[in-house]
Amino acid sequence: MDISAFILFWAAIFTSNILLTNFLGMCSYLSVSREIESSFGLGISVIFVLTITTGLNWLVYRYILVPFDIIYLQYIVFIIVIAAFVQLLELIIERYAPALYYTLGIFLPLITVNCAIFGVSLFMVIRNYNFLQSIAYGAGSGIGWLMAIMMLAAIRRKLKEKLVPIGLQGVGISLIITGIMALAFVGFSGIVQVQ
Amino acid sequence: MTKKEIFKISAFKENSVWRQILGICSALAVTNLMVNSLIMGLGVIFALALSCFTISLLRSYTPRSIRMMVQTLIIAAYVIIVDIFLRAYIPVVSKQLGPYVGLIITNCILMGRAEAFASQNKPLDSLIDGLGAGVGYTLVLLVISFIRELFGFGSLFGIKVFGDWWTNWSIMVMAPSAFFILAMFIWVINVKYYKNKA
Repeated sequence: MDISAFILFWAAIFTSNILLTNFLGMCSYLSVSREIESSFGLGISVIFVLTITTGLNWLVYRYILVPFDIIYLQYIVFIIVIAAFVQLLELIIERYAPALYYTLGIFLPLITVNCAIFGVSLFMVIRNYNFLQSIAYGAGSGIGWLMAIMMLAAIRRKLKEKLVPIGLQGVGISLIITGIMALAFVGFSGIVQVQ
Repeated sequence: MTKKEIFKISAFKENSVWRQILGICSALAVTNLMVNSLIMGLGVIFALALSCFTISLLRSYTPRSIRMMVQTLIIAAYVIIVDIFLRAYIPVVSKQLGPYVGLIITNCILMGRAEAFASQNKPLDSLIDGLGAGVGYTLVLLVISFIRELFGFGSLFGIKVFGDWWTNWSIMVMAPSAFFILAMFIWVINVKYYKNKA
């Protein structure tokens, strides 16, 4: 991959948004977007965890998995790295920033099972990014995810007083809104291509 | 509950996708071709049924505090088997599915079934429950990919159905259509079978 980290960062936000084009992180996206405040909290935690775990996983992959020829264990190792990091982060925040813990703490366990985190690590391996590219891609994806969930949360708040067909209420209408958002983002896709 | 009832409930009545809204990521991502959906579905059935079985076998030996980690590791082990198998025998599909095979690990359906059913029930019942949830999931994948491949490529399972006069709807191959079709699908199911709000 000979694309600069800077371009990759913007591409991860707009042209290949992790949620709107790769469908990652849908579960928490649909369930948390009921409220703007919690969407923002979760989004910020996702950005933070995503950036750091992508870097960590890159180091683990390059300096442990490849030299010892155990690439087939990458899934287990990545999951353990992510889970361990989230656990550690929880302990640190609880100890040193209790106020932050009350706002973000409840989201951290949700993040371990957020497929966006794991998916970005896998994309990084498949697309052969270098360290800087991985960090940029991780951060960009996190910001893209935050943007998507904030948009949906804002639209859903407006939607509360509107009449929605009974069968579509809740998940159905959220999926349609997401589809329209994805359609808008298709407009960016000609600018730069990351595959 | 008989084994048949367990299967029916987890496959249709409490279907993971349209009832519990789990596993949406891959239900949307791999459904542009029917072959991919079918193979993805079979992979999920295999990993889901066997990991439910194993988790249920080990349920009385697993300390409660670390059970999530144990469950994840068991699931990961089976997903690695699926991944290696696909890479060896169907490399083309494996390449197209890309990271989504590995993402079966974080598919909420597996964790959901493990928590809700396998950690409290007998191994054989859990196996049936896992099979049922997997079949229900595959069914949704096939329905969505049927629509997307038919209109997006004019073919089914790679075989041309429409003649030369057909113009492909490129929107069906792209991401937004997956959201719309899944939403419509959930809508139809809700109105037809549940008659109450989702």
